Amino acid sequence: MRLLLIEDDAEVANYINKGLSEGGHTVDTANDGKTGLLLATTEDYDVMIIDRMLPGLDGLTIVKSVRAASIPTPILILSALGEVDNRVEGLKAGADDYLIKPFAFSELDARLEVLQRRVTTGLSVETRLKVGDLELDQLSRSASRAGKAIELQPREYRLLEYLMRHAGQVVTRTMLLEHVWDYHFDPQTNVIDVHISRLRSKIDKGYDKPLLHTVRGAGYMINENN
Amino acid sequence: MKTTELLASSSFRLSLVYMVLFAGSVLLLLGFIYWATVGFMARQTDATIEAEITGLAEQYREGGLGSLINILQDRIERDPDSSSVYLLASPSFKPLAGNIDSWPDVKTGSDGWLTFAFKDTRAGGRVFQARARPFVLTGGLHLLVGRDTRELSETQDLIIRALVWGMVLTLALALAGSIVMSRSMLKRIERINLASREIMAGDLRRRVETMGTNDEFDQLAVNLNAMLDEIERLMAGIRHVTDSIAHDLRTPLTRLRTRLEQLYADLDPGNPTISNVEQSIADADQLLTTFGALLRIARIEAGGVRANFETVDLAALVRDAAELYDVVAEQKQVELDIKLEAEPQVQGDRDLLFQAVINLLDNAIKYSPETGHVLLQLAERDSTPVLSISDQGPGIPVAERDRVLERFYRLDQSRSEHGSGLGLSLVAAVADMHNARLELRDNHPGLIAELQFNSSN
Repeated sequence: MRLLLIEDDAEVANYINKGLSEGGHTVDTANDGKTGLLLATTEDYDVMIIDRMLPGLDGLTIVKSVRAASIPTPILILSALGEVDNRVEGLKAGADDYLIKPFAFSELDARLEVLQRRVTTGLSVETRLKVGDLELDQLSRSASRAGKAIELQPREYRLLEYLMRHAGQVVTRTMLLEHVWDYHFDPQTNVIDVHISRLRSKIDKGYDKPLLHTVRGAGYMINENN
Repeated sequence: MKTTELLASSSFRLSLVYMVLFAGSVLLLLGFIYWATVGFMARQTDATIEAEITGLAEQYREGGLGSLINILQDRIERDPDSSSVYLLASPSFKPLAGNIDSWPDVKTGSDGWLTFAFKDTRAGGRVFQARARPFVLTGGLHLLVGRDTRELSETQDLIIRALVWGMVLTLALALAGSIVMSRSMLKRIERINLASREIMAGDLRRRVETMGTNDEFDQLAVNLNAMLDEIERLMAGIRHVTDSIAHDLRTPLTRLRTRLEQLYADLDPGNPTISNVEQSIADADQLLTTFGALLRIARIEAGGVRANFETVDLAALVRDAAELYDVVAEQKQVELDIKLEAEPQVQGDRDLLFQAVINLLDNAIKYSPETGHVLLQLAERDSTPVLSISDQGPGIPVAERDRVLERFYRLDQSRSEHGSGLGLSLVAAVADMHNARLELRDNHPGLIAELQFNSSN
């Protein structure tokens, strides 16, 4: 992936840069708004990461300008202003995702992966999802493993569907809350973990090879290989 | 504008009071006019009669009885249609001359005047009222000189009728005037009210219109607008401060967490330090969560987040919350039930309402005894939505119920439990933002937390 990072905090920028480079991505970094906007409108990127509070030109203005120039590149807004209205403002301006500082690098990585994948796979709708011998039929909304049907509650189905859509990618707890439960809120307890462990007992229990893995310090991943 | 609204308006009531005062002064004025006209006429007649009596008495003194009778007859004949009444009678009241048949059978009033009815033979025997003054001449003869009051009372009637109509017209005009006046006042006040309501509903940019007349209403509007500008400026200030705190404090925290994360990644899984680093990351996260909750409460209380208000289906919200938590309840062997007696909708922030319900539900399950029962209930009371969550835990002592809504306040028995002490503060702030009331009650045993929404929310 070729990425643009507009971030004025040198340490945060370094950290993101280092992590992304280690993951095999190319990153252009701008540490003020004007340089950022120049790069964003002249170069070609897969995903842009833009900090909201910037010296010179603020993040939202950059997003608006990029969209006004009909550049469809997915944009992730990065901000310490973690309030709901700010999130809405950011998304309204034309951003695709919003991440609140401080964040774990794994969270950023997971979201970038999803944003980029959204562009490459486009809107192609798969009706059958398959991970190893686990299958999900989106037409009949049913799941089976090794040919054996698995009974799922509607929410468990959505949870599994989301995980399988992003098979091989790390899915964080916040991403699950936002996409499976469709609410932006702070869960008071490890309620997501409880849902995952219940789902796990339905799809992995009694099989040699576990498919639903916990990624330490990051989230979950459904994957054929460990 | 409704009639009841008009009648209840203070400007209308004020103009009614003014109308009564005005009517009083008009009445006084008309009274004076009456006294000045009718009274003057009556007094003039009386003076004429007195003068005539004096004149006749003088004639009698100088020319004797014959001359007096001649003069009387002469006057009666010269002007047969006149309103004058004359009668000369003997000491035993036997009529000697005059234009009435007999001495009136009424007593003389204390002022020396008598009022009586007489039959006027010239006018076909019709009865008229007359006012006359008796006079005793030397030699015991009685002389009566008067005027019939027909003309006077006709004039009097005319004037009274004019005055009554004047009064009625005055009152009608005053009433119509006060309605028109209070209507126009109400309209201008209603414009201010409308603007205030829109501002309260969250449109902080709205201002009260001015007419450019620089009258009291314009001045009021200008002052209100200045006040609103100031409030908006202060609120922007609060937002700015919290935003800055968020930015300035969270950035170093990000760095701290980042370094810990890097350290964590660099360590071998077998290193004994790893659990310490892991714990430090968890502590940093806890710090950030608490900090985030504080900021969120501050911003909700500042009231700037109403922009996200939409129609929220409370029943769906309750179902989602119960569904999210039923696994947690099951794990703790707590029975979680929902009871939807109504499916009301409210205007609100969906995410924050969900957060509030989750916070209450989380507490209810956390403090429930094993095999306890938690009920999430949605009902309508007095046509307003009521969302309640009841548990069978230890409850909250009456004296502590207000304090638990304060930030960081925790009951002694819950200090050992995981939590920030901000959960209920956030619920209270969310309730406040939605014009809802948060009530904590006893469930005998346990706690009922109730969110009572306002129908006008």
